[in-house]
Amino acid sequence: MTAATASVVADRTGAAVAAARRNAWTLGLLGFLVLLLAFTKVINPDYSVAGLQGLAISVVPLALAAVGQAIVVISGGIDLSVSSMMALCAVITASTMEGQSPEFGILVVVGVILLGLVLGAINGGLVVVTRVPDIVVTLAMSFVWAGFALLVLNTPGGKSASWLRDLVLGPILVDFLPKAAVVLLVIVGVIWIPLRRSRLGLSIYAVGSNRLAAFRSGVSVGRTKVAAYALTGLFAALGGLSVVASTGIGDPKPGPYTLQAVAAVVLGGVSLAGGRGGVFGPLVAVVILQLIRTDMTFLNLDTNLAVVVQGVILIGVVMIGSFVQLRRERA
Amino acid sequence: MTLTATDLLLEATDISKTYGAVVALRSASLAVRPGEVHALMGANGAGKSTLVKILTGAIRPNGGRIAIRGRERVVHSPAEARRGGLVSVYQEPSLIPDLDLRSNLRLTQTPVEPFRHWVGELGLGNLDLATQARDVPLASLRIVDLARALAIEPDVLMLDEMTAALPANLTERVLEVVGRVRGSDRSVIFISHRMIEIAAVCDRATVLREGETVGVVDVTTGSEERIVELMLGEAVEEVAATGGRGVTPARAIASGPRVSARGLASGSKLEDVSFELYPGEVLGVVALEGQGQDELFDILAGSTRADAGELQVDGAPVVFRHPADAIRAGLVYVPADRAEALLMQRSVKENIALPFTTQLRRWGLVRTGEERRKVDGAIERLQIDTRAQGEVRRLSGGNQQKVTIARWVAGGVRTMLCFDPTRGIDIRTKHQIYVLLRDLAEAGAAVLLYTSELKEVQLACDRAIVIFGGRVVAEIAVEDADEPTLLRAAYNLRSDAVIPELAAAEANAEAASVAGTEGMA
Repeated sequence: MTAATASVVADRTGAAVAAARRNAWTLGLLGFLVLLLAFTKVINPDYSVAGLQGLAISVVPLALAAVGQAIVVISGGIDLSVSSMMALCAVITASTMEGQSPEFGILVVVGVILLGLVLGAINGGLVVVTRVPDIVVTLAMSFVWAGFALLVLNTPGGKSASWLRDLVLGPILVDFLPKAAVVLLVIVGVIWIPLRRSRLGLSIYAVGSNRLAAFRSGVSVGRTKVAAYALTGLFAALGGLSVVASTGIGDPKPGPYTLQAVAAVVLGGVSLAGGRGGVFGPLVAVVILQLIRTDMTFLNLDTNLAVVVQGVILIGVVMIGSFVQLRRERA
Repeated sequence: MTLTATDLLLEATDISKTYGAVVALRSASLAVRPGEVHALMGANGAGKSTLVKILTGAIRPNGGRIAIRGRERVVHSPAEARRGGLVSVYQEPSLIPDLDLRSNLRLTQTPVEPFRHWVGELGLGNLDLATQARDVPLASLRIVDLARALAIEPDVLMLDEMTAALPANLTERVLEVVGRVRGSDRSVIFISHRMIEIAAVCDRATVLREGETVGVVDVTTGSEERIVELMLGEAVEEVAATGGRGVTPARAIASGPRVSARGLASGSKLEDVSFELYPGEVLGVVALEGQGQDELFDILAGSTRADAGELQVDGAPVVFRHPADAIRAGLVYVPADRAEALLMQRSVKENIALPFTTQLRRWGLVRTGEERRKVDGAIERLQIDTRAQGEVRRLSGGNQQKVTIARWVAGGVRTMLCFDPTRGIDIRTKHQIYVLLRDLAEAGAAVLLYTSELKEVQLACDRAIVIFGGRVVAEIAVEDADEPTLLRAAYNLRSDAVIPELAAAEANAEAASVAGTEGMA
């Protein structure tokens, strides 16, 4: 082996170590998830393929909501209308797909995704133009979008195209690989990874990290914020579609996704102050939160207690995380 | 009567304060007698504000003693200092903007009647206490701050640039009221950049230089020169050779100015600034704090728009609505405060990539290969220590500043606006930055360099303009730009032009010294 190749190898290891350090939080969460899965298997030896299938299908809507929330939080904002946008997109999807051809269904999906972008852009535009705090604007808009959802369908109804349902049901390639998980990862990967490398992605991190510095560097702060909210709307639309896919109908009542997504975002290592974190941490966090609830059922504990535990874990993990970070900074 | 140590109202001895490796105060001492107005003087960064903050308990010193009326004290907080009789009026108004004035007084437990009395004495007799603090104009807020301090009858009152934001008539009243301290058992510590006010109202002056007390001067006619000498020190430190100036002025001027400013004005600070910046030169800007240089750089960098005046780049008039406009026109900005420029939690690479990827106004993918090449090139050129490149905030101040410069170098620099780029940076990095600025100029860039360190002018600049009171008061060639010359120019001591405000202050001075004999009652 020549010195040149040796140095390339050293470079690669160095890069790998650096990458691991950058993603320490996500890797730690993954480790925690593996332990949790092992624990689940211990308390319920029957937990296997079917369990993983159910887990994967049940996390998809919240996972998409969390990714959407993560993007806007990284940009230094927050969106409290995520679940309302999801409900609005879900009822529009279910009601227009009902009794139509699969081809028309594809058109509906494309239309709903575009609608999500528009809804998010309206949120972002209002935040930027009115200068009203983002919490207030998106809280108000959550009522608006939920109201529109009820106007479209005032009771759960409509019907999903069957190909949409097939998209998340069952395994893919091998038995233990749930299709829902693969679809989720593909969707997030296809949108997030190019975004992360794009100028827009860099601008989103810049605006969230230090608005003044971003402004002084020539970043258009307003345009970047609108784009971030639009992306959140896009993921809310995808989340709404996933609800329709997994339940088969559209429900106008917003699910509990907004605040759970915020919880997953925090647990996933995204700073609520903006500028730090990514979307894969929140994805893992969503699975952890869901699995904890499953384990509570296996342990025959009150499901209400699961909510309490979820809160305690959230505080505990974030506290330990900041403590570790403080120690590292002092060192 | 001879004064012994116990006759002193306030005595601070050998105060020291360091921030990491940066020494803010080495050994500062200050002795204030009862019944005197005592000036605290020093060039930018000499340690005046650090000393004031220590005396009022806002920060803790590393060493030294503070005694009030002969009794040693440890002051932990501004509230404690206030109870001990030390009150400070800071440069920035300290009222809560969302409360009305009466509530603000209650918040600090200020008695209302004495407050009314002092507000009246200071010329704002018709002030309505029900007004919200945010609706009161800045000058009046300063008066309110002062009256509030006077109302609790402090033993020692510290005024930091009290008159900076005041119109002439209010300045007159303030100086008159301050003068009444003379002969009473109280005293005032007076910080001002205006020599004329010092001469008018102060009895003695303590001069700080590089964190040390270098002298105490009785203020009499002609003592300004002595104070300036003390502020400068014995001999100007040896100037390191920076190599020959690459561009002859003739050649540069033949190519026309890169940037030309005509009558720029903004707010109350920037009155009328004109200058020309040529490619291939480093033009120094020298000014005391708050003379309008911040506003000038904000306008040039596109952060704010000028109220009046014209800006030309390469001979064509421009209006910047956003920093992106300035960047496209080739004007890039390096601020003193790295926190204003950097994404502290992001990597060195992202920080360097940020401006030159966004300036292209395309939202497509970043070409990774090209980006990495540019970033690596910039890192190498600036010798940035990248051991902690994961997060910029882990870098030293010097390396952080190199990153803020590197990001622009990576994109190719036409015009660089540096606002005190070496503030708080170690000496080695400072020199690297000077050399880099010279290199940039030699390669044809135009560099505008505001510096609070007068030494830097001869190290890095080709010529310098001096701003005072929002106007350019002097232009000095590098051969003549030694520290005494620059400092005198910065205090506007040599200018033939009489600024109306100063003339007014001079007149007030006489009134003040007459009133001073009446005591404070």
